Amino acid sequence: MKKSTTNAAFYVPYGLWLALFVVAPVLLIIYQSFFDISGHFTLSNYATYFQSGTYILMTINSVVYAFIITAVTLLISYPTAYLLHYAKHKQLWLLLIILPTWINLLLKAYAFIGIFSQDGGVNGFLAMFGIAPKQFLFTDFSFILVASYIEIPFMILPIFNGIEELDQGYVNASRDLGAKGWQTFTRVILPLTMSGVKAGVQAVFIPSLSLFMLTRLIGGNRVITLGTAIEEHFLVTMNWGMGSTIGVVLIIAMFLIMFLTGERKRKGGRA
Amino acid sequence: MKKLMSMIVAILAVVAGLALWSANLKKTQGATGGNTLNFANWGDYIDPALIKKFEKQTGYHVNQETFDSNEAMYTKIQQGGTSYDLTVPSEYMVEKMIKANMLIPLDKSRLTGLKNFGSLYMNRSFDPGNKYSLPYFWGTLGIIYNDQYVKRSEVEHWDDLWNKKWRGDIMLIDSARDILGFSLVSMGKSMNTTNPTTLQLAKTKLDALSPNVKAVVADEIKMYMAEGEAPLAVDWSGEAADMMWDNSHLHYVVPTEGSNLWFDNFVIPKTAKHLKAVYAFLNFMNDPKNAAQNADYVGYSTPNDAALRRLPKKVQNDKQFYPDQDVIRRSEVYKDLAPKTVGLYNDLFLEFKMFRK
Repeated sequence: MKKSTTNAAFYVPYGLWLALFVVAPVLLIIYQSFFDISGHFTLSNYATYFQSGTYILMTINSVVYAFIITAVTLLISYPTAYLLHYAKHKQLWLLLIILPTWINLLLKAYAFIGIFSQDGGVNGFLAMFGIAPKQFLFTDFSFILVASYIEIPFMILPIFNGIEELDQGYVNASRDLGAKGWQTFTRVILPLTMSGVKAGVQAVFIPSLSLFMLTRLIGGNRVITLGTAIEEHFLVTMNWGMGSTIGVVLIIAMFLIMFLTGERKRKGGRA
Repeated sequence: MKKLMSMIVAILAVVAGLALWSANLKKTQGATGGNTLNFANWGDYIDPALIKKFEKQTGYHVNQETFDSNEAMYTKIQQGGTSYDLTVPSEYMVEKMIKANMLIPLDKSRLTGLKNFGSLYMNRSFDPGNKYSLPYFWGTLGIIYNDQYVKRSEVEHWDDLWNKKWRGDIMLIDSARDILGFSLVSMGKSMNTTNPTTLQLAKTKLDALSPNVKAVVADEIKMYMAEGEAPLAVDWSGEAADMMWDNSHLHYVVPTEGSNLWFDNFVIPKTAKHLKAVYAFLNFMNDPKNAAQNADYVGYSTPNDAALRRLPKKVQNDKQFYPDQDVIRRSEVYKDLAPKTVGLYNDLFLEFKMFRK
């Protein structure tokens, strides 16, 4: 009896943290979203969101960009994580992948401005081949590239962990039983590392829905996501209700993604 | 178990301690002594040497805090917790703060040097009779061009921006009112238009500008223009001055149709506690010698005519930052619009940003 109360007590700090810094802010956002700009209780924010083509279009934009970013990072991360698993100095390589996440996002964005600008590194390189200065900044290409670059570590890590957990015995067994390399991959390795892929997709897709700093600095506001609208409503229009409404929609989207990519609860655990 | 309990108690104690500390900080943001001045200003918007000089001359201690948008400053003061004695909102925000009853009227009998101000900059619509505010700096909205790619004669009018020649060449400042504003002016409409149909038309006209727009950016626009990333930009005169400081190929034009005329102004919020220090500071800043030194440092246009006469002839005759009187007369000062209209401006601006031909 004593032991179980002790165990429960261990959750108190965690519970407090959750309640104060996760649940309370979310409730506040939901509460705010029911007030219009003059402080009256209303549902009109939600009506505006779903009726005005602007916000729907913005949502579609955000989802499309987030989808592309996730797909690009996944395509790069899976082979990387796979090779990393068989690499010699695993921990060193891993450190090198994690290292960029220690640098402030803003600094990295400014570095890319320098690289992509008219007289930046990339154009300097192209000039050697006589290809006149090309426009890189403020294009879809540069936005997706920089966003993917920033999100890649968050995709590699869970996939890497998934592959590490994979029992090499399964792979050997599948080879012994005559599966070709591709078959081993699609039938054995991929299904067994799927949980890592799902965790990675969650970690990348959701933040990508609202990258407002990059849309301005790298996308030059030629790329608009929901984050841009939230920023505008809080800082310029002072319409906190509408800003919160978009926030609520993002939170719901997040739960949807978690639900779609989450592990179905099945008795007997994984596999 | 005991250990755990003490840990939880410790966490709660830390939280309580932090709360107490922050409440204390808010109360005394800056020192509370009778000889301080809590001054909320835009970043790098006063010559630091002048603050030192003022402190030395008067014995007051200036406690400067910076903000980066009118709205942020407004929210901070409105929500309480600050004790600013003096701040510098733009004209439409002055109007909004007057309406919200957040300002203390100026006691003219305690002010000196009022006659130094040019009549064009006083008694404007946002604060008739300057009951609450004194102009600090002023400026316009205009076009910055790089003379390596653009001739002055090609950008004398707002409509010139729509020229097919400038495909992907123009950078715009990320400000709904200014961008919709110049579209309105180019149609011969007021920058304070509230009619939704007219605003919709202005937005449709902007959509046609979209292929020419390279990017819509905030402060970074200065860096981009100085580095020659784009040959054209629409921005405020103050920012233009900063860019031109870094790149001598850049020039600034106020289109002949007129433009926006903006003012940043000293006001005393209701939170002020050190009025004596405030008036000492205002009088110090009104002094032509100090105002001239400040204008020289900040590089914006001063409304203090006596100070202007002390600046080099080259500055005084610079039509870019001290345009002819009739250009000033043709320009409009922003009015504080109803929240609903502000919302409409911003929604239309968002739609313009999303528009792709």
